[in-house]
Amino acid sequence: MHELGIADSIVKTVLKEMEQRKLKHLQAVGVRVGVLTDVVPEALEFSFQAITNGTPLSSARLKIEQVPLRAKCRACGKEAEIEQFLFVCPHCENRDLEIIQGDELHIDYIETSDPEVGHG
Amino acid sequence: MMTQRVNIDKKVLSENDRLAAEIRSQLARKKIVTLNLVSSPGSGKTSLLEKTLAALKKELSIAVIAGDVQTQNDAVRLEKAGGPIVRPIITGGACHLDARMVSRVLAELPLDEVDLLFIENVGNLVCPSSYDLGEDMKVVLISTTEGDDKPLKYPGMFRRSSTMVINKVDLLGTSDFELSRARENALQINGSLKVFEVSCRSGEGLDKWYAWLGKLVSDKKGVSAPE
Repeated sequence: MHELGIADSIVKTVLKEMEQRKLKHLQAVGVRVGVLTDVVPEALEFSFQAITNGTPLSSARLKIEQVPLRAKCRACGKEAEIEQFLFVCPHCENRDLEIIQGDELHIDYIETSDPEVGHG
Repeated sequence: MMTQRVNIDKKVLSENDRLAAEIRSQLARKKIVTLNLVSSPGSGKTSLLEKTLAALKKELSIAVIAGDVQTQNDAVRLEKAGGPIVRPIITGGACHLDARMVSRVLAELPLDEVDLLFIENVGNLVCPSSYDLGEDMKVVLISTTEGDDKPLKYPGMFRRSSTMVINKVDLLGTSDFELSRARENALQINGSLKVFEVSCRSGEGLDKWYAWLGKLVSDKKGVSAPE
């Protein structure tokens, strides 16, 4: 259950951004979660709700985009989606693949209806 | 009222990653090989370290940061095995170590004396995989009393590890665990994984593990390994 720690890191980062941009309320926080991170979206949403109660983020919804795995083959250079964590190039069967997406834990955006959005 | 979208584009664990990068450069300056040891509870992380400390204490100065949810039992065992430099981290419930915890403990270690640092993570194959601790590499340990499909169940950890140690090979045949299947499952997730097969109880296979550790240290120090 590392979702609680991850939710905590999201909240700390977002609160800092809100302060810099002088925002009072948020409608949503958008995150991208790669499938390789083993983060369970429901558990992350639950943790986010639980720890934002009574904070400036209490009305914000966490919008989670799950990112599938894609990798680039270091032998033939082609890209492919990796299904079921089978890290084998579908074009040349090489196993030396570089992950290009699917292991990220990223805060993408925040959504606000506050009138002034600074760019601090 | 209009809702506006503001791009943030930041890593969730950027603060942890920043601290991990600091740790990594600190350890690089001291030329310390650092291994983050991860496994399920009961695979034998502490046993592997006990054996390693006892076998290599004359050649190498080894330090261990032993993470546990509760108790200092592992740290006590490791001190008995001959590790004069053992520091516990009790996470008090947290299921993984993070860079901040490691950074605090590092400040107490006599780093000038250390060749090889093990960070024994909390027994858990999920949570520790996301947290960079500034290590050179993750070493994942599994044992023959577990399922040989562990790599398929926890792909994140096996993908992010560079080395896998299969422990308890003396018990092969007493369970349905098949060495070749475990190896194949792991390589399917991570084709460049280096694999050791050992028994901490019988000592089988440990010589290769020790030799590899010795080579990591001598490579780091920039001197050639003795023949």
